[in-house]
Amino acid sequence: MHRLREIKDKSVRWFMRVMAFSGILFLLIIGIALFIKSYPVIKESGLWKLLASGSWKPSSGVFGFLPFIVSTLYVSAIALAIALPLSLLTAIYLNSYASAGIRRFFEPVIDLLSGIPPVIYGVWGTITIVPFIANNIASGSSSGYSVMAGGIVLAVMIIPLLVGLLTEIFNSIPVEMTDASLSLGATKWQTVKRIILRRSFPGIVAVTVLSLSRAFGETMAVLMVCGNSTRMPHSLLDACYPLPALIANNYGEMLSIPGYESALMLAAFILFVIVFFFNGISRLTLNHLEKRFHF
Amino acid sequence: MQKAEENIFKVIMIISSLIIFGLLLFILGTIVWKGVPALSWDMITKLPGGGFYLGKEGGVLNAIAGSFYIILGAAAISIIISVPLVMYVNFYLPRKSPLAGMVSFSFDILLGIPSIVYGAFGFALMIFLGMRASLGGGIIAVAMLITPIMMRSFDEVTRLLPRDLPDSLLSLGSTRYEMIKVIMRQLIPGFVTATLLATGRGIGDAATVLFTAGYTDNLPGALSQPAATLPLSIFFQLGSPVAEVQNRAYASALILTILILLFSFAARYFSSKFSRNRL
Repeated sequence: MHRLREIKDKSVRWFMRVMAFSGILFLLIIGIALFIKSYPVIKESGLWKLLASGSWKPSSGVFGFLPFIVSTLYVSAIALAIALPLSLLTAIYLNSYASAGIRRFFEPVIDLLSGIPPVIYGVWGTITIVPFIANNIASGSSSGYSVMAGGIVLAVMIIPLLVGLLTEIFNSIPVEMTDASLSLGATKWQTVKRIILRRSFPGIVAVTVLSLSRAFGETMAVLMVCGNSTRMPHSLLDACYPLPALIANNYGEMLSIPGYESALMLAAFILFVIVFFFNGISRLTLNHLEKRFHF
Repeated sequence: MQKAEENIFKVIMIISSLIIFGLLLFILGTIVWKGVPALSWDMITKLPGGGFYLGKEGGVLNAIAGSFYIILGAAAISIIISVPLVMYVNFYLPRKSPLAGMVSFSFDILLGIPSIVYGAFGFALMIFLGMRASLGGGIIAVAMLITPIMMRSFDEVTRLLPRDLPDSLLSLGSTRYEMIKVIMRQLIPGFVTATLLATGRGIGDAATVLFTAGYTDNLPGALSQPAATLPLSIFFQLGSPVAEVQNRAYASALILTILILLFSFAARYFSSKFSRNRL
C-alpha cells in the first residue's frame, strides 16, 4: 500500500518535470527550426543584402525586406504614438483620481477591448477608418488603405494591453509613499508627477517595449487595412506591407518558386528574434520590479 | 497656477478615459449596425450552398463548427500541458528555484510570439511530418498559441491559494500527488475562468489557422480533413467583390463577436463565483 503511493507520486513528479522542460525546449525548437528553414536564402543572398535592399521580386529570386521592415516600424510607431499617451493618462486617472465605482466599471471595458479578435478590428477598420481617411483626409489621393489606417487600428488593439499593465504597475507603488507626499501638502498631480511617474518609469518603459513587440507581430487586422503594396511607404497615406502581413498573404501558396518559402521563413525568423529580445528584456525588467514591490 | 495645471490634466485624463470607452462602443456599435441586417437564422444553421460566394443561399455553419472543433481540441491539449506544469512549478520546486524562473520566463516569451509565427512554424512542422492543412494541424497550431496564455493565468490563480492549505496537507503525511488532488478542488473554478479567457483568444485568431487548418465548405469529418474557421470565413467573405457576400462577412463578424462576449461573460461569472469560495 505504502509503496503504491510512493510510486504514484514519483511517476507524477517525473511526468511533470518533463512537462516543465517542454516550454524551454519548445522555444528552442521554434527558433532553430525557423533558422534552419531561412538559412538557404541567407546563404544565397547574404543577410545584409536581404535586410537593406528595397527590391522584392520573388520570381527572379530577389528578396529585399527593407520595405516590409520599414512598414512594420512605421505602423507600430504610429500605433504607439497614439496609444501610449491615451493609455498613460487613463491609467493615471484610474489609479489616482477615479472613484472605486469608475474603476470597477472600467475593468470589463478593458477586458472586452482586449478580447475582441484581430479580424473584428480589421472589419471595423475597413468599415470606418479606411473610408474616413480616403474621403476626409486624403480627399481622393489615397485609397485609405494606408500606414495611417494600420497605425490607428493597431493603436486601438494595444490600448487594452497598455492600460492593463500600466494600472498594475501604478497600483504596485506602496500607498505609504503617495500618502507621505500628500500629507506633506503636495497636490495629487504633484504626487503623480514626482512620485508615481518617477517611481514607475522603468516599468513604463518595459510595458512600452512589450506592447511594441505585440504591435510588430499583429497580423490580421493590419493586413486588412494596410493596402499591402511592396513599394516603400513614403507618407502616412501610402499603402504599406508589414512583415506579418507578408507572411500571411504569401506563405502556403507560392512554395513552388525556389527560395520563396525560405524568404518568408526568414520574415518569421526576424519577427521571432525581435519579439524574443523585446519581450525578454521587458519581462526581466517587470519581474525585477515585481520582486522589489511584491505585487 | 498649480491648481490650473492640475485641473487641465484632470480634464485631459477624463477625456482619454472617455475616448477609450467610446472606442469600445464604436467598435461594437459598428459591428452590430452592419451585422444585424444581414444576420439570419440560415447563417447559423446552414452550410454554404452552391453559389454561396456569389451571394446565393447558405450560412457559415461550417466555420462555426470548425472553430469549435479546433478550440475544443486545442484547449484539451493545453490543459493537459499546463496543469501539471503549473503544479510542478508551484508545489514541487522550491519557492525560489532557478528552474521555476526559467520555466516561467520561457512561457513569458512564448506568450509574446506573434500568432503568425506559430502559424508559419506549425505549417512547416506539418510539411515536415507529411501532413496537409487539416483539423488536426489547426488544433496543434492553436494549442501552441493558447498554452502560454493558459499556463500564465493558471499560475496566477494558483499563486492566490493560501500556502497553509498545501502545507497542512503535507504535514498530515500525504504525498505531494495526494495533496494536489485535494487542492485541485479549490483551484478548478479559477482554472475554468482562465480556460474560457484563453479559448476566447484562440477562437478569434485567424493567423494561426490560416495555413494550418485550411478551409472547406463542409463540416470537418476527421482530424485529417481541412476545417473552416470563423475568423477566416469573415476574412474571405469580406474580400469578395459581391455586396451580399460582404454583408454576410459583417453578419459573421457579429456572430464571432457574440461568441467572444459569451466566453468573456462566462469567465466573469465563474470568477465572481470563485472569489466567493476563496478560503
